[in-house]
Amino acid sequence: MIAEQVIYGLVGVGLFSLGFRGAFAVLAPLRRVLALNVAGAGLFLMLIAAAYRGAEMAPDPVPHALALTGIVVAVSATALALALGKRLRERREDD
Amino acid sequence: MIDGLIWVIALPLAGVLMTVLVPRAASAIGVAIASSTILAASAVVWLVASEGPVRYAIGGWSPGLGIALHADALSALLLLMTTVVALAASVYATAYLKPADQRRHFWPLWFLLLTALNALFLAADLFNLYVTLELLGLSAVALTALDGKRAAVEAAMRYLVLGLVGSLAFLAGVALIYTAYGTLDIASLMREIAPNPAAWTAASLITAGLLIKTALFPLHFWLPPAHANAPAPVSAAFSALVVKAAFYLVLRLWLDLFTPMATTGFAYLLGLLGAAAVLWGSWNALRAERLKLLAAYSTVAQIGYLFLFLPLIMHLPEGPSRNAVLGGVLLLALTHGFAKSALFLAAGVIQQRAGHDRIRDLNGTAQGLPATTFAIALAGVALIGLPPSGAFLGKWQLIAGALNAGLWLWIAVVLAGSLLAAAYVFRVLGHAFGQAHYPVRAISTGREEIPALSLALVATLMLGLASAPIWSLLERSIQFAEVMT
Repeated sequence: MIAEQVIYGLVGVGLFSLGFRGAFAVLAPLRRVLALNVAGAGLFLMLIAAAYRGAEMAPDPVPHALALTGIVVAVSATALALALGKRLRERREDD
Repeated sequence: MIDGLIWVIALPLAGVLMTVLVPRAASAIGVAIASSTILAASAVVWLVASEGPVRYAIGGWSPGLGIALHADALSALLLLMTTVVALAASVYATAYLKPADQRRHFWPLWFLLLTALNALFLAADLFNLYVTLELLGLSAVALTALDGKRAAVEAAMRYLVLGLVGSLAFLAGVALIYTAYGTLDIASLMREIAPNPAAWTAASLITAGLLIKTALFPLHFWLPPAHANAPAPVSAAFSALVVKAAFYLVLRLWLDLFTPMATTGFAYLLGLLGAAAVLWGSWNALRAERLKLLAAYSTVAQIGYLFLFLPLIMHLPEGPSRNAVLGGVLLLALTHGFAKSALFLAAGVIQQRAGHDRIRDLNGTAQGLPATTFAIALAGVALIGLPPSGAFLGKWQLIAGALNAGLWLWIAVVLAGSLLAAAYVFRVLGHAFGQAHYPVRAISTGREEIPALSLALVATLMLGLASAPIWSLLERSIQFAEVMT
């Protein structure tokens, strides 16, 4: 149904805005990365909503590929942020 | 020979694999791969010079489902600059990096950075651009934190978070464009795009993401700590290449893709932010205590100069006058790339020799490191914009264009920025030529000093005196022409 697609898309936009606002509002770096993960989830939901082509046709695979690449990048970046955060915490205990 | 476009991406990628597999020979492999990448980039420039804009579909699949590579005068020259700066920084890195585990981690990350840069300059597809931007950001963050000190790791964390914000905004814009138009290939989008709300929102999101990555005022605050705390060859690549790549994307997308939406108001807004960046960056460079921090703030200022060109470009129709202004911005970008990397490499030599890079305590540098001081002086000439450097020609074009458009504020900003640049360059040189407290002997190491010196010579002499081929290369259209291969 078209209405489902609109709902998914709007929820995606809402999550994206929420995550973005969170990234600017909080101060701790790891919390910012969490907020950006929420924003990323919203973005992927928007992409999935964009892939809907009607009840008869199969969904468009290109937004799926975009969302998968985005998920991989988000996971890698979060892992890097966690590694950097761990190094910062170790340094604080050293000094 | 069309495959020349692939080599310039495949060689650094092979370098990543080889330096991971054979860490003991990593330095030799690094220099070899960097040299061969220069050959590949020269092949691309020669191809563009002889045939005009070149387009290559990878695997033979036509765009729509396949990925295309595109090279024209703008991207080919920036590609050549990238590879030359990368070779010089790689040669310097073989002497700069002392601890063994830093060396083992540096080379794969360095070649990932180079792969991402080369792929970015050749990308003809919005999603390809997103992937290369992410690769660039992640490898840059890892390289920033290479020496593991607290300041470097904090700077890397901030760079990572802001880079992610920019990338997410970029991806949101790309998703909107796909939803509205069903394709991501730039050449196909150029024909279909129209100023409707979806395209406007996408253009704003993409531009916002790119402005964060190019460190335009007021989104520049991540740059000085990151560039000042990274290892010297890495800082050279950052200031010269990484921020330049994001600016290249802003220029490319607004010239080719978003032209229906380019209002003069928006161009003036970007120009005003550029003017603020010039003044703010130059003022902070004057007040900086450390040489690398000075260079980082100088990068903020020089990026501002590049944005000053945008209103002049936008309200000129296509033709020789617009090509002249584009030649100016390209020359300014190229000269800054070479000059800033020379400055960072020279700062690295000083930091390793003296143990610090405080400007106030630079006395005796001219006696102990004459070649390096000469390199700093040459780079300073290019940063100020004195003849015969390429920056002089670029700023000349900027002032001429501003006179034609009646933008008196632009001329005042350029003059004030050049004066402030002269002030901070002469401050550094004044301290460097001071007498040391005790006699110093001039010890020169070729591997450490030749890269900085040669980069500075290119910036100051070659790009100014031998820039005629660049103008003639730009005579052929620099737009995304539809070329059948």
